[in-house]
Amino acid sequence: MGSSTGRILVDDARQVRRARYPVWVFFVVPLSALLIQIYLPLFQTLRFIAKVDLPLLVTIYFALMRRSQIRGLSIGLILGMAQDSFSRFYIGMYGLCKTMVGYLSASVGMQFDVEHPFVRILLCLVFYLFHQFLYWVLQRAVLDQLVVFDLPGELILAVIHAFIGVALFHFLDKLRIRE
Amino acid sequence: MESLLHRYRNITVLFVAIIAQIAAIAWQVRQDNDVPLLRVWAVSAVTPVATAIESVRSGAFGVFGDFFTAHGSRDESRNLRKQLGDLRLRNRLLENELSAAEKAGALAGFKAQTRSTLIGAHVIGTTTGMGTRSVLIDRGSLSGVRRGMAVVTPDGIVGRVLEVYLSASQVLSVTDAGFAAAVESQKNHTRGVMKGMGSSSAKVDYVPGGQKVEKGEVFYTSGEDRIFPRGMPAGKVTGVEDGPTFQTIYIDPFGADAAPEEVFVISDPVHQEIPNVPATDTPVFLAPDAKGASGDMPQTLANGTQADQLADQYRKLGAAQGHVIGVGAPGSLPPNFNLKVPGVNAPALAAGATGGSGFARGISGSSGGAVRVYQRPIGTSPGPGAASGARAGMPLGISRLPGGASGARAGMPLSARLPGAASGARAASGARSASGARAGIPLGARPASGRLLPR
Repeated sequence: MGSSTGRILVDDARQVRRARYPVWVFFVVPLSALLIQIYLPLFQTLRFIAKVDLPLLVTIYFALMRRSQIRGLSIGLILGMAQDSFSRFYIGMYGLCKTMVGYLSASVGMQFDVEHPFVRILLCLVFYLFHQFLYWVLQRAVLDQLVVFDLPGELILAVIHAFIGVALFHFLDKLRIRE
Repeated sequence: MESLLHRYRNITVLFVAIIAQIAAIAWQVRQDNDVPLLRVWAVSAVTPVATAIESVRSGAFGVFGDFFTAHGSRDESRNLRKQLGDLRLRNRLLENELSAAEKAGALAGFKAQTRSTLIGAHVIGTTTGMGTRSVLIDRGSLSGVRRGMAVVTPDGIVGRVLEVYLSASQVLSVTDAGFAAAVESQKNHTRGVMKGMGSSSAKVDYVPGGQKVEKGEVFYTSGEDRIFPRGMPAGKVTGVEDGPTFQTIYIDPFGADAAPEEVFVISDPVHQEIPNVPATDTPVFLAPDAKGASGDMPQTLANGTQADQLADQYRKLGAAQGHVIGVGAPGSLPPNFNLKVPGVNAPALAAGATGGSGFARGISGSSGGAVRVYQRPIGTSPGPGAASGARAGMPLGISRLPGGASGARAGMPLSARLPGAASGARAASGARSASGARAGIPLGARPASGRLLPR
């Protein structure tokens, strides 16, 4: 964020350079996101964390920063399927949604200055809504479950995700390898 | 062709990934099967870490957390702060220990009371998913947990085992939309199927409209689903809505009130009874003892019930014939219970007739029209104005009365001859005598002195 130029659209080659991270980050961060989401909601005061889709935010971050569609969809696929493994639903539901999010995030990351806070807020908000909507469509279309899409509730959660995403991305930026 | 693939490589990979996942979902749905390998990998990667964190937390987090909390009050003086911190630490530590002991006691009590075989387990995580509610426990197939086993706490049912891994299991919560259990209400014994709703509450389906279900009523497992044994608490009714065919009953599940830390997996379920509805605490008015009630209490109640008196009478009749009730070979002749025995089921002979002492009350008429009641010892000479027909030594029960007693015949029981005489002229031995008294005189108005007022 510190290197943000204040412009939203990418206009030079410097801005499209891929961020690089130590290898352990690609293992520890997704695993921590999963662990936080399954462990912390056990505590009464931290139950709200179950509502926060940390694997989704991690997927968006790495897809945006790596600026590679294949890498983005890969990390979305892996995190989504891992998340599916902990749910009672069929494996592939979250995997499919996060694959799409990873791919689209990477595509968007090549067009925008993804270190700009406003862009990050907007992308987190939009991709969260897209993810939830796609999951809802899959539930109805594939699993034939009559689930109601709670738009007001999802909008509130999308805003919360946007602000958590900005804070999380700021923290993850510090793990980057500086050139 | 190669350049085309290279050019659209990214989108091609995306399509392949999506189609592969849709195919995987379709295969799982069609075959009603799962991809256990992936789940095993994911769960195996995360649960050991969660277990380790939980172990460390439960052992040390409370002490260190309270230590830092106690040091938050920096503005206070150093000594007070130290004392306060120490006391808080100790207090919190004791509270934690007490809470843990109470919880352990409750769990141990529950385990001792229930007849089912239980496997204790710790909850080490929740699982993700929209509308899904499930938890991970630290017992798996190595501990004997099998898929479909019931999971309970002393408060109520928690869920059922959905997936089993080596050292962990996934438990479907009672509030999950996919959960179902057969339940029965405690008070009205209404049966239905409890289903999760994906939120914190659940509902009971398939209860016909005519069946009575009250708000606040408790549902227990009925044991018909062959998962939960009969008699486990399920939830309390929070609302009832009538429908065209079935009622919709909303319940608050007991096992989902708070995230449980310890649960039991029922490996060998044994049915138990659904407890009866406890009596309501509605106060019942009990009148105080009426003043002087003991004196007015009927003779039958003072000496026991009528059945007691009858049994006593039979016992005496048997004894009079040399028979002891309860003794005697089967087929032996019973005593004659219709036999008239004086003093038992026939009028007793007056004590005076046998020369015994006693008092007899007589009623005498006087020239002034007053009726007197007198007492004299039986066997002594009658007093002035006494019944002229009665003589000392005569059995008073059959005393011959003079012609002055209008309408009365000798030998008749006085109670029949003289209305009101039963209360006003009763001999101590049961024999009665009257003289000069007319039938119809209200003798019940006898004053304390024994003097009856003229009519």
